Amino acid sequence: MSIMGTRVVRVEDPAFLSRGARYTDDLDLVGALHLTLVRSPLAHARIEAIDVGEARSAPGVVGVFTGADVDLAPALLFGGANDKMVRQFLAKDVVRFVGEPVAAVLTEEAYQGQDAADLVEVDYDPLPVVIDLKAAATDEVLLFPEAGTNTSNGFDHEKDLDPNLFDGCEVVVTRELVNQRLAASPLETRAAAAEWGEDGRVTLWCSTQNAQDTRSEVAGWLGIDAAQLRVITPDVGGGFGAKIGADPEFALVVWLAKQVGRPVRWTETRSENMTGMVQGRAQLQTVTIGGDRDGTVRAYRLDVLQDAGAYPRLGAVLPMFTRMMAPAVYDIERVESRARVLVTNTTSVAAYRGAGRPEATAAIERAMDLFAAEIGMDPAEVRRRNLLKPDQFPLTTKGGAPYDSGEYEKALDKVLDAVGYADLRAEQAARRERGDTMQIGIGVSVFVEITGGGAFKESAAVEVHPDGTVTVLTGTSPHGQGHATAWAMLASEHLDIPVEKITVKHGDTDLIPRGSGTMGSRSLQTGGVAVYQAAGELVEVAKQRAADLLEANVDDLVVERGAVVVRGTDTAVSLADLAEREKLRVDTRFDSGAPTFPFGAHVAVALVDVESGKAVIDKIVTIDDAGPVLNPLLAEGQRHGGIAQGIAQALLEEVVYDEDGNPVTATFADYGIPSAAELPSFTLLDMATPTHLNPLGVKGIGEAGTIGATPAAQSAVIDALAHLGVRHIDMPLTPLRVWEAIEGAK
Amino acid sequence: MKVEITVNGASTSADVEPRLLLAHYLRDVLGLKATNIGCDTTSCGACTVLLDGESVKSCTLLAAQVDGGEVTTLEGLSPDGADLHPVAAAFRTEHGLQCGFCTPGMVMAAVGLLSENPKPTEREVREGLEGNLCRCTGYHNIVRAVIAASGQDPDEVQGGTLRRASTEGVEAAPGFSTGDGA
Repeated sequence: MSIMGTRVVRVEDPAFLSRGARYTDDLDLVGALHLTLVRSPLAHARIEAIDVGEARSAPGVVGVFTGADVDLAPALLFGGANDKMVRQFLAKDVVRFVGEPVAAVLTEEAYQGQDAADLVEVDYDPLPVVIDLKAAATDEVLLFPEAGTNTSNGFDHEKDLDPNLFDGCEVVVTRELVNQRLAASPLETRAAAAEWGEDGRVTLWCSTQNAQDTRSEVAGWLGIDAAQLRVITPDVGGGFGAKIGADPEFALVVWLAKQVGRPVRWTETRSENMTGMVQGRAQLQTVTIGGDRDGTVRAYRLDVLQDAGAYPRLGAVLPMFTRMMAPAVYDIERVESRARVLVTNTTSVAAYRGAGRPEATAAIERAMDLFAAEIGMDPAEVRRRNLLKPDQFPLTTKGGAPYDSGEYEKALDKVLDAVGYADLRAEQAARRERGDTMQIGIGVSVFVEITGGGAFKESAAVEVHPDGTVTVLTGTSPHGQGHATAWAMLASEHLDIPVEKITVKHGDTDLIPRGSGTMGSRSLQTGGVAVYQAAGELVEVAKQRAADLLEANVDDLVVERGAVVVRGTDTAVSLADLAEREKLRVDTRFDSGAPTFPFGAHVAVALVDVESGKAVIDKIVTIDDAGPVLNPLLAEGQRHGGIAQGIAQALLEEVVYDEDGNPVTATFADYGIPSAAELPSFTLLDMATPTHLNPLGVKGIGEAGTIGATPAAQSAVIDALAHLGVRHIDMPLTPLRVWEAIEGAK
Repeated sequence: MKVEITVNGASTSADVEPRLLLAHYLRDVLGLKATNIGCDTTSCGACTVLLDGESVKSCTLLAAQVDGGEVTTLEGLSPDGADLHPVAAAFRTEHGLQCGFCTPGMVMAAVGLLSENPKPTEREVREGLEGNLCRCTGYHNIVRAVIAASGQDPDEVQGGTLRRASTEGVEAAPGFSTGDGA
């Protein structure tokens, strides 16, 4: 029986559950100094003076550095951004968000760092602040006067909208939607440590989703040869997109270690993380949808303002994915979209689970509900009438996305059937009839997303050792996904060696110079397939060698229990013995050539107290079809986590800045990460529609849950209030917002 | 000041600053790194340990306050990594952990919960673990793990709401199985 498709428990868990994982902050680094950063308390200000005299003489202080000491060129953190929008590693003239580093304090002990940092005196001259996207678009307050604009970049943003797009539509609905800013909130905050060797090379340990890209970014910022820099990722305590690439602080740690000639380590506090780490989403969308009263949608427009934060990073490219996925699962005659990326006095925006695709799905799913309400048709039925049909695949959409495979109506039918849609509508009608305080709402979403949309290539190596153990090297970079287990399964499938004897290594640029890390749900369909391919190629090499050794025909050889066997005989040589004679290793690279398009459908059931406004998601039934499932245990875990984050965006989470740019959600006491008590259990249904783009037929599963669950949960709560005249509430649907919507509709 | 704390059955002592947090005593003085620190506001519970048998957040206690006490960390539950404590073992079987950062605190909180309520309902587990945040799992499999560790069948409690995904009617792709075996 194949090991693929089975529930193999994780090989990494015994260590995680006994001694704990080993994160960057857990490393023993003899003689390392602790870095504490002094961060700006103002959102926009000119730095008039910095006095570090008192801090320098505080106990345990080895050095205090300001922007004046740093000899690094300011960095453009994203290549596609306006090239004037660069960031200094320590701000020396202007700070542009609360949390921007202005001074670095190195101490012998960690507690001494905060004491000394408190003694750094910075004299700020406040500047006007811009937080609101529409205000930023007016360019009245500029973050970078030298740029002459707050627009970093855009996607058709200067193009006029088509005045005829909605011609002939019987009904047109338009609405502004907020896809609010979120904090990724990995439980492990950012951390880095660096040590220079006597050979002039430096090792950087850091919490990242991609060591290899981190190496090239940090080397570029420091102006050193990438070959001088070794990046190692110890265990990583969650990323969710926010740990893609390097943070400027990582380069600072390396630079400081060079200045003082000692190892330096940095682990930020949670409040630093909530103000200084990149954040996600942050789009203001205007949707317009038009069609006929029979439910046919004929035209759709999505106009996006994307918040990039003060210094553009990956957020500047999110709208590209939002536009690509704008028409989603629907067959719509006319689609147009455009997006403008703006800087504001906030921390940078980058990827967060889904990164541009949840925003596209939320927009069109809300638009579908608004259209359904306008024509008085059931929202599930409106969706059904406009879905792309299975015989249309493969196709290129009006957003320019090359969809590979999909069976959207089947997914919709399965979730509606499983949830008992008709019965729920009947119960809803009865509660409305009775005027119950506790109303129910049903939210439906059908979604498609893009996975492996960034880097198509990934490297892998498989080596069998003379002792019978196996090492797998991968360019992916797990931080909870379980690659140590999953990739071992893929190698085991070919080698017939138990997963316990297979060690998967990742995240060390000396060992694995090429790789693109783990993001965009790319790992299995690129890196996993590469491991599978490498193990398959290794089997072919082993058979050739065994054929010579056993004087057998290659075609008569099979691999069983870690040995090459002449079929139907006892004649065999183990892979270990072959490795003893000659190194038995294959290095390979798989190129998927194109992204894949997983899809699914979610139905959420909300319970809403119409007197208090308190809403909870009582039930959610999902299909997240990412093709064949390698390990259901791991795939379900990815779906669960995604669904939880989707419900959290819909109901609970929002990063809030006040008008002066002060973050008011800077701790876990203020930011609404859900606990177990605020979430239901999840009902997962399975569908497995393969892609033709890789030999395993697999697509990505990491973000599907978030993309499908967010609009389902949001719509469910709004649906509970439909009979009161409520058509839309912006996320998060907190009790206050729900109560205000009810009052407003009266 | 000098503190004496029994940690995982062994007596420890050190001269510490009065402001030293228990979490830092465990991590930096004793080198027991399983206990993690995830926030500054006693919100996340990653640092949860047992103090005299009850779960507490070690970032909220000073080492000095624990002088003379008995602390158990994750390392103390399963001193031999090959032989996991039943609660830790259930987390593995049910895939109740992903990145692992909340896990030491979550497991210790679960041990504390089960010592007070040996046969909890799903709701009691969810409310009992409210002080421990996990960003990866969505809690579904954590709840399953705690239910399983209590000797109950997670597929059967609460009318089956915690059941695993149904594979009924799913066609396996070539070379794949859909069975439960490993």
